[in-house]
Amino acid sequence: MRRLAILMAAPVLALMLTAAEPPAAPDRPLPDATQEARAQALFKDVRCVVCQHEAIADSPAGVAGDMRRLIREEIAAGASDQAVRDDLVRRFGDYVLFTPPVRAGTWLLWFGPFALVLLAITVLMLRARRRPVEAALLTPEEENRLDEVLRNEKLRRDLDATSPHDGR
Amino acid sequence: MIAELGAFALALALALSILQTGLSAAGRARRSPVLAGAAQGAALAAAGAIALSFAALIYAFVVSDFSVSNVAANSHTDKPMLYKVAGAWGSHEGSLLLWCLVLTVFGGALARARGLPFGLKASAVATQGALGSLFLAFAVFTSSPFTRLDPAPFQGASLNPLLQDPALAVHPPLLYAGYVGFSVCFSLAVAALIEGRAQTAFWPAWGRWVRPWALASWAFLTVGITLGSFWAYYELGWGGWWFWDPVENASFMPWLAGAALLHSAVVTERRGALAGWTVFLALLAFTFSMLGAFLVRSGVLTSVHAFAVDPQRGLMLLAILGIAAGAAFVLFAWRAPQLKGGGMFAPVSREGALVLNNLFLTAAAATVLLGTLYPLILEAASGATISVGPPYFAATFTPLMMVAFIILPAGPLLAWKRGDLPGAMQRLAVAAGLAIVSALAAYALWEPKKALAAAGIGLGAWLILGSLAEVAERARLFRASAAETLRRLKGLPLGAWGMTLAHLGLGVFILGAVVETGFKAETARALSLGQSVSAGPWTVTLDEVRVVEGPNYLAEQGRLTVRPSDDRGRASTVTAERRFFPAGGQTTTEVGLDFRGLDDVYVVIGERAGSPQQPAWVVRLYWNPWARLIFLGPMIMALGGVLSLMDRRLRVGVGPRRRKTA
Repeated sequence: MRRLAILMAAPVLALMLTAAEPPAAPDRPLPDATQEARAQALFKDVRCVVCQHEAIADSPAGVAGDMRRLIREEIAAGASDQAVRDDLVRRFGDYVLFTPPVRAGTWLLWFGPFALVLLAITVLMLRARRRPVEAALLTPEEENRLDEVLRNEKLRRDLDATSPHDGR
Repeated sequence: MIAELGAFALALALALSILQTGLSAAGRARRSPVLAGAAQGAALAAAGAIALSFAALIYAFVVSDFSVSNVAANSHTDKPMLYKVAGAWGSHEGSLLLWCLVLTVFGGALARARGLPFGLKASAVATQGALGSLFLAFAVFTSSPFTRLDPAPFQGASLNPLLQDPALAVHPPLLYAGYVGFSVCFSLAVAALIEGRAQTAFWPAWGRWVRPWALASWAFLTVGITLGSFWAYYELGWGGWWFWDPVENASFMPWLAGAALLHSAVVTERRGALAGWTVFLALLAFTFSMLGAFLVRSGVLTSVHAFAVDPQRGLMLLAILGIAAGAAFVLFAWRAPQLKGGGMFAPVSREGALVLNNLFLTAAAATVLLGTLYPLILEAASGATISVGPPYFAATFTPLMMVAFIILPAGPLLAWKRGDLPGAMQRLAVAAGLAIVSALAAYALWEPKKALAAAGIGLGAWLILGSLAEVAERARLFRASAAETLRRLKGLPLGAWGMTLAHLGLGVFILGAVVETGFKAETARALSLGQSVSAGPWTVTLDEVRVVEGPNYLAEQGRLTVRPSDDRGRASTVTAERRFFPAGGQTTTEVGLDFRGLDDVYVVIGERAGSPQQPAWVVRLYWNPWARLIFLGPMIMALGGVLSLMDRRLRVGVGPRRRKTA
């Protein structure tokens, strides 16, 4: 019964499968392989403006197809990658590129991670210089206390068991 | 009736959690084992109540009780049983209940943990109860999955078909076990700050108590993220596996913080040092988990995966995050200066290497945080909209991690307190030489020539070989007799094997990620029957397209032959589908995957094109070299985590039931 309904629905289904999204005109790669490679590389950095977090390289949306066509046309017309990017930003804003612009408002974004690492290394080096490098062991009294804390765990403390110098 | 039982059990769990907090805090204040014991009982009962509530929700899904609005919105009678059950955590309400389940089960396990001193345990149980109370109150008052519909619809709206997939059915439980498992580390950290032990002797023991929870959570999270990534890879049909999407980042931040915590806790355990920092990371890991919950559920971010776009609930989650993390970090700021540092160490030492590890992992987490939140902050501050995507992370996150990976293999070869760097480098000379040779070979042999990819291959090889070199060093391979080497290998603690596996898995992952990213090829073409398309060394021919009927969908199924373009090697057949789900009116793709050694041949069949006389289908063909390693590597890492967890030395401080309940 259900199979029959499916059979009867098949032509409708074929329509629905195509109608679910407006069929984008299939992509026509550029005849020049280097130009096509440049276009493909750009597609990965351009955001599909109606999608959520997708590059036009991956998006099946119609708009993404239009944007791909636009970029291919510009590249075929001899525009440089930078010119294509500038043109996209003019049309859609900074939002369209997955690479955020480097300007006063985004310095923290771009340089923050490296500044953080440099700062941390500086602090560590200053502290290392201030502190005596002598390796102070736990005092016997502290050792006893640690053993006491760990006693109910029926454990032998194996000091530095993973040291590469053990057992030599 | 069952749904009301579930709602009642949920409310009961809230009451029990509040009771747990109050009793445990009172027990701590009065030093009363009776009160503290009652609090532990309440914690176990709360876990039981939530388990009952969750079972009630699953039952409602299994029997398709559409009078429950959550079932009506997320299920359908035609759905296969696995996805009916998985539908229970496919929505905001259901997944929040899962979150609460994991939170209380971990809370119950913490209540059963042995060997913790009275005060610390009572404070930790109270903190865990407070966390439970916050999230359970949120579930009860805003997000109960048990609200009824009247009249009940005859059919449900079904689960988003993209989520109807085996990997995604098990992805949330594992992911949440990881996310929420960090809550115990959070509670133990808060408890340590409350107890404010100034004695140095306290911290090694504390490091040992917190480490198994961190290990278990991190291993769960590793598997959860990998499954999610694998799902995105083969279900979304875009040929990729990670796109620095905000929701991906939300799961990655606690992972990075958790990885840092694991390493830092080792230093605290062994040497009593870095106590304040380890406490900070323990707080940070769960804070990132809560931040992730907020980002995913509030709709402040646009993402492929965001669900429950509801600003009102988002605001409440932000409040929960603010209360929990705010209180913890204020406590930290107040007490941290009193934490006495433990053992001293020279900059070149095992401790020093682990400090560097922490530095880079934390900076990496900060980078991900910055990249995820910056667009929001910038838009709020200046109205400017930007997108932060893969190129940003390639320029910031990747170099930071590369530096960390170059240092990594030396760490385990340095002794505690004061290490011998030239000695360590000497022992790594063979590994370094082989890694450089593999990078050069990759550059010379693989077309197109890519210097960065070749360097990445060298880095992956360096991690793998460096990890092996460390084991060889410990076993005194080639320097002692074979019997002696074998004896030494057998004598290595599981924790050491765990570390080796985790680092080796990281190297495997890097090899896969670098080769896949650097050398993959893709082609898209409209194919009529009998036509072919090629990508990389593979050619795919479209043999047949037919309409097939699934349990709750109809599909156009393409049968394609995959064979090497040079015709040397076997041909195989794959099927790729484009499914239409009438219940929700959505279309999804089922990727055709042909596993060829480490490589994937990945076929997506798209919409019908061409004329009615000669129909054609847009076929996208991807050649993803070494893609298998991308998912294998993290699994090896997680296995390393599990091995470490099974180490005799870590099995203390946790009840024997821990692994069963987690």
